[in-house]
Amino acid sequence: MSKFDVNKIRSDFPVFTDKSLVYLDSAATTQKPKQVIDAVSDFYSNYYANVHRGIYELSMKATEAYHSARQKVANFINSSDWRSIVFTGGTTESINLVAYSWARKNLKTGDEILITEMEHHSNIVPWQLVAKETGVILKYIPINTNGTLDLSNIDELLTNKTKLVSVIHQSNVFGTINPIKKIITHAKRVNALTFIDAAQSITHSQVDVQDLDCDFLAFSGHKMLGPTGIGVLYGKPELLDSMTPFMGGGDMINSVTMTKSTWNDIPYKFEAGTPNIAQAIGLGAAIDYINEIGISNIHKYIQHLLNIALEKLRAIDKLTIYGHQVGESSSVISFNLEGVHPHDLAQFLDQDGIAVRAGHHCAQPIMDKLGVSSTIRASFYLYNTEKEIDKLCANLIKTAKFFKGL
Amino acid sequence: MNELQELYQQVIIDHNHNPRNFHEIEHPSHSAKGHNPLCGDKIDIYLTIKENIITEVSFMGSGCAISKASSSLMTEALIGKTVTEAQKLFDSVHNMITSGKADAEDIGKLAVLSGVHKFPARVKCAILPWHTMKNALEKKTQTAITE
Repeated sequence: MSKFDVNKIRSDFPVFTDKSLVYLDSAATTQKPKQVIDAVSDFYSNYYANVHRGIYELSMKATEAYHSARQKVANFINSSDWRSIVFTGGTTESINLVAYSWARKNLKTGDEILITEMEHHSNIVPWQLVAKETGVILKYIPINTNGTLDLSNIDELLTNKTKLVSVIHQSNVFGTINPIKKIITHAKRVNALTFIDAAQSITHSQVDVQDLDCDFLAFSGHKMLGPTGIGVLYGKPELLDSMTPFMGGGDMINSVTMTKSTWNDIPYKFEAGTPNIAQAIGLGAAIDYINEIGISNIHKYIQHLLNIALEKLRAIDKLTIYGHQVGESSSVISFNLEGVHPHDLAQFLDQDGIAVRAGHHCAQPIMDKLGVSSTIRASFYLYNTEKEIDKLCANLIKTAKFFKGL
Repeated sequence: MNELQELYQQVIIDHNHNPRNFHEIEHPSHSAKGHNPLCGDKIDIYLTIKENIITEVSFMGSGCAISKASSSLMTEALIGKTVTEAQKLFDSVHNMITSGKADAEDIGKLAVLSGVHKFPARVKCAILPWHTMKNALEKKTQTAITE
């Protein structure tokens, strides 16, 4: 832990000049370092122009920065081809892009899509819409109540009708890290395509698309220190190339006549209209920031925080933690405190500057499985400290007393 | 005592722990479901109305202390009221929770909910049972949400 200086990191984040803030909601979205804010501001202040259009220098500079951000993303997930990186608005849009441009065009009645009960709504609803329109059958890999996937029947769930397997890498509720490599291997046996939702895992683990050999992978900028409004869809180039456009408009065409249009090359074919240039540049700066610290150092540090948090939370009377019992997990902890509804609890924690999430975390099927309507979720990232965990625990004990004592 | 502890005073905590009229009515003349999609809270309201008077009212469901206490207090306040009075009480409570002013004549004990307006994220918790009750009175079949 010697190389990792959390105080120095905290000083990079303007929001933490408010010393009373204990931000424990990074699984929803992360705070931004000044390096990212400055990169966005620098673009708007000093070389703002549209991309791919201008002959003039400003536009060329903007185009270069936009392209460089794409290259940084490709390197970050070890893709050897920048054309595999489509900029989208976020993970949700990335999934919808594949649902529209691939699933609706290639699947027919009776085909199957296999997802899991652990998915975020964004990896359920787009496929439900596909199923409704095309007659595709949506199947689920079940979860165990301990927050892991039940893979015991995976080979029965995968059939020769399975055309796509889409799985969350790290649960946004339990923190569980799923054995996606194993799932991808199984999916390949029936020649199904694979889609990985890496929105949570990308922030702290080495996601390597060549090693995984997945067909698609998606994540969002705002959960990894970057701006809102930018996300990534990775797709194998030959696959992206075979797909029809998602949205039509400027920039995604090669030529347009009154009667027909032809499409631009990938990835531009999927980026209609003026893209989120500033946000892409901001994401590039976020990747630089993460690389500077080192993704493995970040991982080590948040696992260290996780272990401390689990130990201290487990010592609190009548507190139930969901998950983190078996297998690999990371720094997202969902829990409930008996006698205090999550909404009331979050309100009391907020009173002392502690920001946690209370609710179903966009994963209602998980809540149904656990038999709860909602949970509290505390999630940690590179700027959190042990002291903050202590403050959380002290406030949980204080609130439990208040509700019991009155 | 801070504003939050003031809100979660004895009455709210008491009704949260020991909700009144917390059961199903087997053959209600009016009923409705409420749901807060944000937090997952769910509520069912049951009413028996005879000759325009609310003779029985109860609720079921899961929710936070604010929504549970609001439901419980509501059931106590509604018994014996006419449908028109119940609708008027809805308006009074709605005004109070959004403005913080507990000056309507019919508010009575419900004034303990006035502090909710200081916590905008919680207004929906307090108002959900009331919207659900209103839907039940109006025989609306869709689930009440608080948007």
